[in-house]
Amino acid sequence: MAFDLTTQKELSRPLRTKHSKWELSTIGLYFLLISLAVLCFLPFYMMIINATHTSNDIATQLNVLPGSAFADNYKRMMDSVNMWQGFKNSLIISISSTALAAYFGALTAYGFSKYRFKGSRLLFGILLGSMMFPSQLGLIGFFKVCSELHLINKHLALIIPAIANANFVFFVKLYIDAAVPNEIVESARIDGCSEFRIFNKIVLPIITPSIATMSIFTFIASWNSYLVPLVVLYDEKKYTVPILTAMAKGVYRTDFGAVYVAIAMSMVPIMVVFAFCSKYIIGGLTAGAVKQ
Amino acid sequence: MRSKSIQKDTYGYLFIAPFFIILTIFVVYPIIYSFGISFTKWDGSIVPPQFVGVENYKRLFNDSFFFKSVGNTWMMWLGCIIPQLIMGLALAVALTDRKLKGKAFFRWIYYLPNLVTMASVGTLVFFLLDWQSGSINRILLSFGLVDEPINFLQDIFSSRFAVSFTLWWMWFGYSMIIFMAGIRAIPEEYFEAARVDGANKWQTFWCITLPCLRPIILYQVVTSLIGGLTMFDVPYVLSGGNGAPQISTLTMVMYLYNTTFANYNFGYGATIGVGLFVLVIMVVAVAYRLINRKSLYE
Repeated sequence: MAFDLTTQKELSRPLRTKHSKWELSTIGLYFLLISLAVLCFLPFYMMIINATHTSNDIATQLNVLPGSAFADNYKRMMDSVNMWQGFKNSLIISISSTALAAYFGALTAYGFSKYRFKGSRLLFGILLGSMMFPSQLGLIGFFKVCSELHLINKHLALIIPAIANANFVFFVKLYIDAAVPNEIVESARIDGCSEFRIFNKIVLPIITPSIATMSIFTFIASWNSYLVPLVVLYDEKKYTVPILTAMAKGVYRTDFGAVYVAIAMSMVPIMVVFAFCSKYIIGGLTAGAVKQ
Repeated sequence: MRSKSIQKDTYGYLFIAPFFIILTIFVVYPIIYSFGISFTKWDGSIVPPQFVGVENYKRLFNDSFFFKSVGNTWMMWLGCIIPQLIMGLALAVALTDRKLKGKAFFRWIYYLPNLVTMASVGTLVFFLLDWQSGSINRILLSFGLVDEPINFLQDIFSSRFAVSFTLWWMWFGYSMIIFMAGIRAIPEEYFEAARVDGANKWQTFWCITLPCLRPIILYQVVTSLIGGLTMFDVPYVLSGGNGAPQISTLTMVMYLYNTTFANYNFGYGATIGVGLFVLVIMVVAVAYRLINRKSLYE
C-alpha cells in the first residue's frame, strides 16, 4: 500500500512540472501562430486599406485605417481598364472550362474505372504521365494549334483544352472505384439501360461530391491562369482578370490608389469563394494528396 | 460471372475518347511540334519555318542567359521549398500534437494566400515593395528600422528573396495541411508504442513521424519541383517581364516566353522549351526511382 502511494507521488510530480512547462510553450506557440496569421493577412489588409486612400496618401504615409477615396480610385481605375469586362471574360472561361472538365473528366474516369478494355492500363499510364508534365512545355505548339484552328484571341482556346484535365480524372476515378459498386451498373444493364444512360442517370448523381470538390479547384486554377491567356489573347476586350491586373501596373504608373483597387477586385472574389467553400477545398486537398 | 455474359467493355473506348482526342490535339501534338520547330528558324508568321539543323542547340549550349535562367529558377525554388517544408512540418506537428483553440481558423488563414491569383499577388508585392510608396518601406520607416526607403527590387539579392518569400508565403499553408493529413494517417499504435517505450516528443518526431511522412515529403518535393521549374507568374510580374535587376530573376519559362512571344524567335524559343523538357524529365525520372525504391523497401 505504502509503496503504491510513493510511486504515485513520484509519478505525479514530473507530470505537474511538465504541465506548467507545457503551458508556457503553448503561449509561445500561440504567439507564433498568431504572428504567422498576421503575416498571411497583412498584404491583403494593406491592399484593402490602400485601395481606400488617395495616391498621395499612399506615397507619403503609412495607412492603417480605411480612408474615403475608394470611389474616386474606382472611377479612375475604370476609366483606363474595364475590370468588369475582365470579370465577364474570366467568368465565361472559368465556368465553361469547369463544366467541360467536370463532365468529360467524370466520363473518362468512369470509362477507366468500370470497363476492362485492351490498352486501358497503357492509356491510364499516359494520363498519369500528362499530370506530371507541365503544360508550358508545348507552349509554342499550342500557339500553332490554336492559330491553325482559328482560336487565337478566342476564349474557346482556353476552354476546349479543359476536356483533357488529368487531375480531374484521377481524383474522380479513385472516388468511383470506392463508391460505385459494379452490381449497380450490372443490374441497370440487365434492366436494359444503355451505357450512357447508366452513366448520366445513375453514376453521375452518386459521384457528385467528388465532382464538386474537383470543380472548385478547376474553377480557381482557371480563374488564376496567367501564362496561357497571355499567349493566346491579344485584344484588351478579351483579357482576363489576371492579365488586366498585371497590366494595371504599367497603365496607372503612379496612380497607386487605382492600382490597389484593381488588385483588390481580382482577389476578393476568390477570397469570398474560399470563405464559403473552405471545407470542401481543404478536404479535397488532403484527399488527393494522401492517397497518392 | 454475370458481367461476362454482357460484353460491354468496348464502350470504355467511347467514354475515354474525348479526353484523349483533346489531349492529343492540345498537349501531345504541341510538344512534338515544338520539338520539330526547335530545329528551325521561324518568326511565327506565315513565312514557313526554315530548317537550320542543330544550330539552335549549339546556341543554347553557349547561351549564358539560358544557364543563368536555369540557375535563377533553382535558386528561387530552393529559397522557397526548404523553408516551406520545414515550416509546414513544424506547424503540422504543433497543431496535431495538442489541443489548441482556433485550429480551423489558422488552417484557413494560412491556406488563403495559396488560392489568390499569382499574377495579382506579384502585382501586389511589387507595389508593397515600391521604393517610394510601398507599405513595407512605410512600415520600416515609421518603426525607425531604416533611415531611408530601401529600393528592394533594384537589388539582386532582395529581388530574388522577394520572389522566394512570396512563393513561400503562398505555399507553406498548403504544406501544413498536407502534412497534417499525413500525420493523422499514421496509426495511433505507433505513437502509443513510443510512449510506452518512454520516448520523448523529439524522439517520437524523429523516429516515427518523420519516417512515416517520407512519401508525403517526396510527393511535395516532386510536385513543387515541377511547378518551380516552370515558375513564371510572380517573377514575371515583379520584374516587369525582363527579369530585372540584371536578369537575376529571369526564370526558364520567362526566357522561353520572351524569346518566343516578345522577340518572335519561335525556333530558338522551342529549343529553350526542349531544354526545359529534358530537365523536367530528368527530375521526374529521379523522383520515380526514389518513390519505387521506397515502395520496394516497405
